Amino acid sequence: MSGLTPSQTVGPWFAYGLTPNGQYDWSDLATGNLITPDVAGDRIRIEGVVSDGDGAPMPDAMIEIWQADGQGRLPVRGGNGATPNTSFKGFGRSPTDPKGLFWFDTVKPGAIAAPDGKPQAPHILVAVFARGLLTHLYTRLYFADEAANASDPILKLVPADRRDTLIAKKETRGGKTVYRFDIRIQGEGETVFFDV
Amino acid sequence: MSIVYPIDSMKVHPSRAFAGYKSTAKRHPVKPLIIVPHTMSELTGPVYGHDAIRPGDEDLTAHGKTGEPLGERIVLHGYVLDEDARPVPDALVEIWQTNAAGRYIHVGEKHPAPLDPNFTGAGRALTDKDGHYKFVTIKPGAYPWGNHHNAWRPAHIHFSLFGRSFLSRLVTQMYFPGDPLLEYDPISQSVTDLKARARMICSFDLDNTVPEWALAYRFDIVLRGRDATPMEH
Ligand SMILES: [Fe+2]
Repeated sequence: MSGLTPSQTVGPWFAYGLTPNGQYDWSDLATGNLITPDVAGDRIRIEGVVSDGDGAPMPDAMIEIWQADGQGRLPVRGGNGATPNTSFKGFGRSPTDPKGLFWFDTVKPGAIAAPDGKPQAPHILVAVFARGLLTHLYTRLYFADEAANASDPILKLVPADRRDTLIAKKETRGGKTVYRFDIRIQGEGETVFFDV
Repeated sequence: MSIVYPIDSMKVHPSRAFAGYKSTAKRHPVKPLIIVPHTMSELTGPVYGHDAIRPGDEDLTAHGKTGEPLGERIVLHGYVLDEDARPVPDALVEIWQTNAAGRYIHVGEKHPAPLDPNFTGAGRALTDKDGHYKFVTIKPGAYPWGNHHNAWRPAHIHFSLFGRSFLSRLVTQMYFPGDPLLEYDPISQSVTDLKARARMICSFDLDNTVPEWALAYRFDIVLRGRDATPMEH
């Protein structure tokens, strides 16, 4: 058995390599826009601010998401029984801007099964990278308007008084559905992170 | 073959609260992380095949406007492996680094070292069926940072990898052998297991050094994941 290569911080200068977004002369592997013409599901925007232990916005973080399409299909690598998908990649990557804001244009995911076969509430996996963060953090985004949250097997493992940090709040803005998901790394209202 | 991701393996990663690296103080969770089972969401991950790579993406010396960058040309290659030391094919490897003078092209970076119009410092490669990847680049330089008085980062190349699932995601930094700055660098020293720390240092590779052209360095990377039913004796 081989030991893992250890993690190190993404540092402050990753943008030109990982999130050039037209600002640098390099191609984007993935951006905050996950929409493809053939993707199934309701279009939504997800946005939020990443903040530190003082509540100060973190302008040098990077958020990655991994999700199913509107029918609960993961565009999957490695089998595991998931359904092959459309050109939808299910993966997004957004830097935070000077105000700590990240955003994704995507679709609301459908429910997928837990290991015991019972459905999980619709959710998105979220990974947080930043200067000052030596090993990235995992969390999950759930949707405020989903009754299935009440029986989700992962949410049930989270102390009731902290579950709120994983629930994105629904807003309507100019006819578009926006889910607000702020990420507090430390301190008051600290986001729940997972040891996976 | 079914892949599992033992949580014990994660002990080699740095603590997110490492006093020597000051920025960690306000940027680590203080509440306990919650252990959860792996569902299909965790056990899958994005597929980036050959469509994600353009010819030349792996040659950082070929991205210049007028010619080759200044600095010491190197071949940087290695194998991406899982915890059973099996190759991980089709692993996407992204790198970014300073130029030979220790300067990043990032607009916010103010280190008074020259930019090189022929060097961007970003590259991308995909591992082949044996888990092998290869870049051509130049050796990066050390640069100062504000962590403490006279703080300098040892020369390093940032790596970002996607393996078999979202759980095998890794962002790390690769260092060069014999660098005197490693002894004073809190970021590399945040890995307290000395064997694990050594795994972040590439090795000089004479066999793959190209005569009259470039030195070679080898950097193997081990990602999370192992066979659920390993054959062990
Ligand atoms: Fe760096």
